[in-house]
Amino acid sequence: MTAQTNNPKEIRVQAIKNGTVIDHLPAGFGLLVIKLLGGMPARKIVTLGTNLKSYARGTKDLIKIEDRELTKNEVDKIALIAPNATINIVRDYRVIKKIKPHLPETIKGAISCPNPRCITNHEAMTTMFHAHTNKKQVAILCHYCEKQFSQEEMVKYI
Amino acid sequence: MTISFEGRDIISIKDLTRDDILTVLRIAKQLKEKPQPTLLKNHVLATLFFEPSTRTRLSFETAMKRLGGTVIGFADANVSSASKGETLYDSIRIIGNYADVIAMRHPLEGAARRAAEATIKPILNGGDGANQHPTQTLLDLFTIHETQHKLKNLHIALVGDLKYGRTVHSLAQSMVHFPCHLHLVAPESLAMPVHIVHDLKKNHISFSLHHTFENILPKLDILYMTRIQKERFSDLLEYEREKNTYVITAAMLTGVKKNLRILHPLPRVNEIHPSVDETPYAYYFEQAENGVFVRQALLALVLGKLS
Repeated sequence: MTAQTNNPKEIRVQAIKNGTVIDHLPAGFGLLVIKLLGGMPARKIVTLGTNLKSYARGTKDLIKIEDRELTKNEVDKIALIAPNATINIVRDYRVIKKIKPHLPETIKGAISCPNPRCITNHEAMTTMFHAHTNKKQVAILCHYCEKQFSQEEMVKYI
Repeated sequence: MTISFEGRDIISIKDLTRDDILTVLRIAKQLKEKPQPTLLKNHVLATLFFEPSTRTRLSFETAMKRLGGTVIGFADANVSSASKGETLYDSIRIIGNYADVIAMRHPLEGAARRAAEATIKPILNGGDGANQHPTQTLLDLFTIHETQHKLKNLHIALVGDLKYGRTVHSLAQSMVHFPCHLHLVAPESLAMPVHIVHDLKKNHISFSLHHTFENILPKLDILYMTRIQKERFSDLLEYEREKNTYVITAAMLTGVKKNLRILHPLPRVNEIHPSVDETPYAYYFEQAENGVFVRQALLALVLGKLS
């Protein structure tokens, strides 16, 4: 779980005692995932590793959040931008649960509507999107203005 | 099967099933043939037009009054509390306490859906920006049925501004329930948005794309003309380039099918020459009149007075 350098004794990202490890994120998506989850949790230690070595895809990002276990809803949000991520819940240095994110049907908050003429950009209110996949590409449909956006458009508005 | 409409919001044509649409058309026909001048006595409609629209507002107000109800409201956002910075949510929350049903138009997309969250009273969307205008689509379908005696297997041409025109978007989306062949006629810069074309493909609706419409006229049952809308263009040069691209004249109507009817959501500018008005094919004024019957039907349905 920890990313290491060529020297096996040199640990680049430390193991955590309790919390959540979000692994196998596409390189460069770590900060986006933190934003998607509502930003840095107050008074919690968050470690972000970016462009780490990955056997499967060359490079990857990894996030460790200490003393905070992500909920199922939070995990599913990650599927919007990183459906292949794995989420490990850690207690006392041991992975007690591995969770795969599943694309949620609806997403509330977290993303602003990219349509400047959408009511959600003009009133103090929570945004809501319906997510679906089209030819393996994630797309979201605004509940209010009914416009559809691709993942590429969506990430700019997290 | 009887469908209960009582208390329902009419926000988007996509929320309506085939049976819902057929129910609205059936009730509209009943009310056209047999008016019910006291059906909505003691009921109040609020018409809230945050964006001006004389035709749609008067059509809603006429519909309510012809059913014996009364109307409150405003025709311009400048006279409402919106001009003082009140949120739409608050405005609707309050007006929902005064009225039994609300018809509204708003320049922002999604405004009607948001309004529906603020009140338990039914909201009838009279247009939210470039998004939806479901009562227009219902009156279009009513008129197509009235003139063709069916809604399926017709050749329908949608002509003009297919990019910004919400009426043509909604009408195309309604074809999911009533498969027809759609001829989409538009210049490259005003073509039907990709997501709607995608919807048509996904639902196996047959359609073809054209830049001119002279050649397809003999095939058509319905010619649906639209105005190139100046107010939707951010680039006025683009508007000037496209504004007179499609003009239908009486002389072009030789050799068309006898049952062809020309529709238009109105107002028209140059796209239908006045010479067409006197031909048997012109039906746009009757179409506008049908809007009153369709809106009567919706008012009666959402207030639970007819089913």
